[in-house]
Amino acid sequence: MAAVSSDFKPKERVVGDPIEIPQIACGAMAESKPFVAKADHNEKLGFPGELVDDWHDKAIFRLGELLDNNRALRVYLDSCVKCGACTDKCHYFMGTGDPKNMPVARQDLLRKVYRRHFTWAGKVVPWLVGAEDLTKEVLDDWYSYFHQCSQCRRCSVFCPYGIDTAEISMAARDIMDTIGLGQKYSNEIIGKVFNMGNNLGLPPKALKNTLESLEEEIEEETGVPVKLPLDVQGADILLVTPSADFFASPHMEGLIGYAKVLHEAGVSWTLSTYASEAANFGMFVGSQENMQKVAQRIAKAAKDLGVKRLVFGECGHAWRVAYSFLDTLAGPFDFLDPNYPVPQHICEFTNDLIEKGKLRFDKSKNDEFRLTFHDSCNVARASRMGDKPGGQFEIPRAILRATCNHFFDMAPETIHEKTLCCGGGGGLLTDELMDVRVKGAQPRMRALKEVADEHGVTHMAAICAICKAQFSKILPQYGFEMDGIVSVHQMVSNAILLTGSTQAEEFDAQHRPADATA
Amino acid sequence: MLTAIFAILFYLAAAILLVGLALRIRLYAKTPAPLKIPTTPAPITRGGVVLRMAREVTLFESLFKSNKWTWAFGWVFHVSLAVVLFRHLRYFLQPVPEIVAIMQPVGVLAGFSMVAGLLALWGRRLVVERVRYITGPSDHLMLALLVMIGISGLSMKFVAHTDIVAVKAFFLGLMYFDWKPLPSDINLLVHLSLVLTLMIVFPFSKLLHAPGVFFSPTRNQADDSRERRYAPRGLLKPQAKA
Repeated sequence: MAAVSSDFKPKERVVGDPIEIPQIACGAMAESKPFVAKADHNEKLGFPGELVDDWHDKAIFRLGELLDNNRALRVYLDSCVKCGACTDKCHYFMGTGDPKNMPVARQDLLRKVYRRHFTWAGKVVPWLVGAEDLTKEVLDDWYSYFHQCSQCRRCSVFCPYGIDTAEISMAARDIMDTIGLGQKYSNEIIGKVFNMGNNLGLPPKALKNTLESLEEEIEEETGVPVKLPLDVQGADILLVTPSADFFASPHMEGLIGYAKVLHEAGVSWTLSTYASEAANFGMFVGSQENMQKVAQRIAKAAKDLGVKRLVFGECGHAWRVAYSFLDTLAGPFDFLDPNYPVPQHICEFTNDLIEKGKLRFDKSKNDEFRLTFHDSCNVARASRMGDKPGGQFEIPRAILRATCNHFFDMAPETIHEKTLCCGGGGGLLTDELMDVRVKGAQPRMRALKEVADEHGVTHMAAICAICKAQFSKILPQYGFEMDGIVSVHQMVSNAILLTGSTQAEEFDAQHRPADATA
Repeated sequence: MLTAIFAILFYLAAAILLVGLALRIRLYAKTPAPLKIPTTPAPITRGGVVLRMAREVTLFESLFKSNKWTWAFGWVFHVSLAVVLFRHLRYFLQPVPEIVAIMQPVGVLAGFSMVAGLLALWGRRLVVERVRYITGPSDHLMLALLVMIGISGLSMKFVAHTDIVAVKAFFLGLMYFDWKPLPSDINLLVHLSLVLTLMIVFPFSKLLHAPGVFFSPTRNQADDSRERRYAPRGLLKPQAKA
């Protein structure tokens, strides 16, 4: 509620145990709601424009359909024993104290309706098993609290049955879309992808201009004509990256990093206007159909351009969709070169070159950065990099260690598989949800504060467009610098010594005499 | 009369338990898993998944990561229950296998630790604010049911002995459709009635977590989506025309 929101002073809360368990504050976040999608946003995605008259029956019918088509949903709605293992694991609960932000309580918002309509006990003795009808109040709760879940899956790590609240909140959002109660932010963005090819609605011409100005910038800086090719037929690699990389900071600095690495690797590559977006908000709204349509753009772009490889830029949920779902949704990708992983993460690409000794760095160029790394949830808990489980933790860190002299990890209970969401994931990165975004970031901000105090950490690197955008907004609220968030490939970009660049010449000039005397 | 009532109830309860569980398991198995959603880092081979699941159901690995107290109480209860059930095989097998005979003293101890584990779990529901919030009437009732099964069982060993030879004859009689009289001790009848209740509610309650965990996609899927194409049976709509 408003009173609670105004009481929350981030700067006064930034010191403390990152995973401190708060006092329960019933109803604290009941008023947090994203804007409702307008009719044309919904209709473009195949949903009714506004809440339909028979929404109750339609919702129950849709829940039945989802139960029949998603084993996870069915098993998870049955299996919870209310053991409490998840109750203190959600960053939104830690930041707000609202008990409905405990994963089990969030699930129960849907589970109680499931029990009422789909289980024998819920039909006969609803009071005994916590079964409830889907009333307008319950629907209000759904809209509020299923939009306070970033689908980060931290709870699923700790659940003895692996119950994944992301699956539940995706189902709930799908049901709400089906009855015409869509969320404006996500649905509007999916519409833009269908219309313009990217989340930002960036037209091809603007994209072309942006890339050209980046080329000029890089050449000015390094003296090397690094290209950022667009729609090049027959290139070897199609790079698909979040559109924020064309627009925002520190995203763009990351894009410059990819371009430099791809240039130095000597491969031919291209971006695509048609698939100028790696993100897939179809996942956030739980709509398999929309997720598939968005994913198929990428397959089509790869086919049309005749590329051999598919590489993804720094984006958390996009990597989940790419790594875990793309082949299922838009495959088979048998037209690509089977000698390379399909798809490949830009971090894997860069790290391979580092391991083969094909990239040179001047790490001192990053000496002003004392770095830590924020594991993005969808990369950490819903995907992999490299050949071994956990490669998604090691590879980005290996890149940072190769490019920076000062690297420090945050507390172990806040990284790797136990990483904390930035607070803005899962379709919550919209201004009207700023209150819950700030509060949800508290655990991560505290972990950052610890390494800032202990090790003098100044910057946090991430490989997710949403994390980067969220932290740019949130860091100042907690008393950090706004530019304290950086891209992993920004660090690569700063330190890389491109063949023939002024930086390489300077570096060699400085180091050669020393080598000779040694 | 008493014998007939309990005999019929046991057949009925066994049928409900077995058929109910079988139907539920069939439903879980039949429902498609449209996408690969293992919680990573996950094993990359099927063998690795079998190990992960084995650790999950024997050691409660995820719960251990979450909360050591809940893990300790829950693990003690479940292991004790398993030992107690094993001990009860002596009422259903003739002759009694040696290993079952050897385990009898351990089984008695397990009876106590089972009740202790349950009471500790129940205590958490009352004391820990967050767990109290999520606890409903059925959660208390389930614990009450299990605790009373344990106590009534122990009472036959330590308070008022039951003619266990007759009890065994009754159950063997049930199994061979040759009914033998059931002793009418009150603690035995309470114990058996509660067990009947448990058998009947099992397929309709949160006890479905037992089969459910094996069907949990976040735990039973391998992290191999780049190595092996995952295309579940005819679920996804045909691709839109390009």
